[in-house]
Amino acid sequence: MTSFSFYRKLASFLLLIVGSHSVMAQTPPPAPDTDEPELVEFDTSKTRSIAVPALVAPAPVDTPAGNSAALGRQIAEVISSNLRASGVFETQGPNGLRAISLGEVTAPQFDYWKGRPVEQLVQGFVRVGGDGNLTVGCYLYDVGFGNETTRLGFNVPPREWRRAAHKCADAIYSRLTGELPFFDSRIAYIAETGPKGKRVKRLAIMDSDGANHRFITNGQSTALTPRFSPNYKSILYLSYVDGNPRIYVYDIDAGRQRLITQSRNPTFAPRWSPDGKTILYSMAVAGNTDIYKISASGDGTPVKLTTSPGIDVGGSFSPDGRQIVFESDRSGSQQIYVMNADGSNQRRISFGSGRYATPEWSPRADLIAYTRIAGDFRVGTMRPDGSGERLLTDSWQDEAPTWAPNGRVIQFFRTAKGSGKTSIWQVDLTGSNERQLPTPVDGSDPAWGPVLP
Amino acid sequence: MKTNTIKMAAILLASTALVAGCGKKKVEELPPAAEGTNYGPPPAAPIVEANPIVPGSQEDFLQQVGQFGDRILFETDRFNVDAEDQATLQRQAQWLARYPNARITVEGHADERGTRDYNLALGERRANAAKNYLTSIGVDASRIETVSYGKERPSALGSDEQAWAQNRRAVTVTIK
Repeated sequence: MTSFSFYRKLASFLLLIVGSHSVMAQTPPPAPDTDEPELVEFDTSKTRSIAVPALVAPAPVDTPAGNSAALGRQIAEVISSNLRASGVFETQGPNGLRAISLGEVTAPQFDYWKGRPVEQLVQGFVRVGGDGNLTVGCYLYDVGFGNETTRLGFNVPPREWRRAAHKCADAIYSRLTGELPFFDSRIAYIAETGPKGKRVKRLAIMDSDGANHRFITNGQSTALTPRFSPNYKSILYLSYVDGNPRIYVYDIDAGRQRLITQSRNPTFAPRWSPDGKTILYSMAVAGNTDIYKISASGDGTPVKLTTSPGIDVGGSFSPDGRQIVFESDRSGSQQIYVMNADGSNQRRISFGSGRYATPEWSPRADLIAYTRIAGDFRVGTMRPDGSGERLLTDSWQDEAPTWAPNGRVIQFFRTAKGSGKTSIWQVDLTGSNERQLPTPVDGSDPAWGPVLP
Repeated sequence: MKTNTIKMAAILLASTALVAGCGKKKVEELPPAAEGTNYGPPPAAPIVEANPIVPGSQEDFLQQVGQFGDRILFETDRFNVDAEDQATLQRQAQWLARYPNARITVEGHADERGTRDYNLALGERRANAAKNYLTSIGVDASRIETVSYGKERPSALGSDEQAWAQNRRAVTVTIK
């Protein structure tokens, strides 16, 4: 009785804040408390410990995604795993932590958690509504100060329970680091199998933590260099399906694809503009490669942006869509250039030793990531004016950086000398917390999409 | 000088591989042909029968242009056709002159020590460099297709200078 009325109080609070009409609704983040001493700068050297006990499932019921009590534990596992993988936090739980009661969700036993010891505590609940959807409550507490710092509610279909976990982890990460979220996002990449001389390359997609993996193409023709559209509805990629390298836009829901431009010339290195309205691509005409742009709607004529006799290839829009960073060997070797989105004012920005390739503009606009080739391939960053060059990795062949939506983590792929085996890795902007992303088979050409709405 | 040595070494290695490959292939192919004739009268001209190469075919092309005469090799990031490459392409052009209906695809490749997109562009350059030389010595451009495989289809599988030298190539393949 007491527990039920408490649950109703919680539920009504959450229903107020989530808006039940939305598939994935979220409260606005609380106004930052200026007296809050725990809001610190992004600093991976200062890891903090967070306890994440299993979320409470009052009156557990079965859902198409499993029993809600099991979901409560699985959601806590994903929150814990996301936060740990960020490299900023050490996490405990849900394994090894005691179960909490529903009453504790909003009234934590701070003295108990101080003794673990932990600095931060994440608690929550999972409720199954009459419509079959899950309501997930997520609360963050500062154990030392004994106060609540964040609370959020999410309403999701049971099959999307991981998204509620990612959203909760994102809110905690943002609250504690001051950075923008990134866990609730997806990655397109190329899954690789087979021997080096006869590699099978398939287009595949997965969540940012490797979950919900799905192959899109069957491997009969080589697929390369995918890019998720900003709304995740389609993927640009290169396929040899007609025997020649051509860029297609694949509609994920419809399972259909079309050429981005009708041309007998090879097209490659596709990219989206940040608003998803324009596609950037490279095309070779009589052996000379230049960069073009075309409307993503499929009706418009291509606009040629570069004219040098050298190879101009790739390209990445600045977040405001006004500039493009690209790669050219017009000086004699691969270097990084910036131009206006209409092709004007082309200027070189890389002047270090070696060659520079695959530039990608950070979603935060402050940096450009690239592959630096000087014997080995390493991933690095520089400012858009070319200053502040910094190498983040050191291996035989690290290639093709792609930015996390918050511009704080970079993914790339690593090729092994000899075997040619590939794997997807990520590293943060400080060059620390380098780790391999789990994929079912070898992986290359990762492309990270934005945070899901 | 140094690059020439590497290039020569690569061709020698490649030639050895081709010889080994051919020997193996003949052993596999010949016995079934012999079995197929075991109930008929002995062939009147066994030497001609033993040669399965159809004039104007890919096999004929490979035999006529000589060992590794189907490809030219390039230095790192380069796509120029040097005197040695010209001699190779001239032999290809002679074969094409003999079979005016034959058409070819020139496949451009790069080694693994380049980034993926750039290598696709580089493969295009190399395939077109070979095509341009062939057309300059009289082969009709309409008979030549080009395709770039970038670093996607290495010929030599090692991660060393010799393998890379073999993989920076433009290979001529006849279209059936």
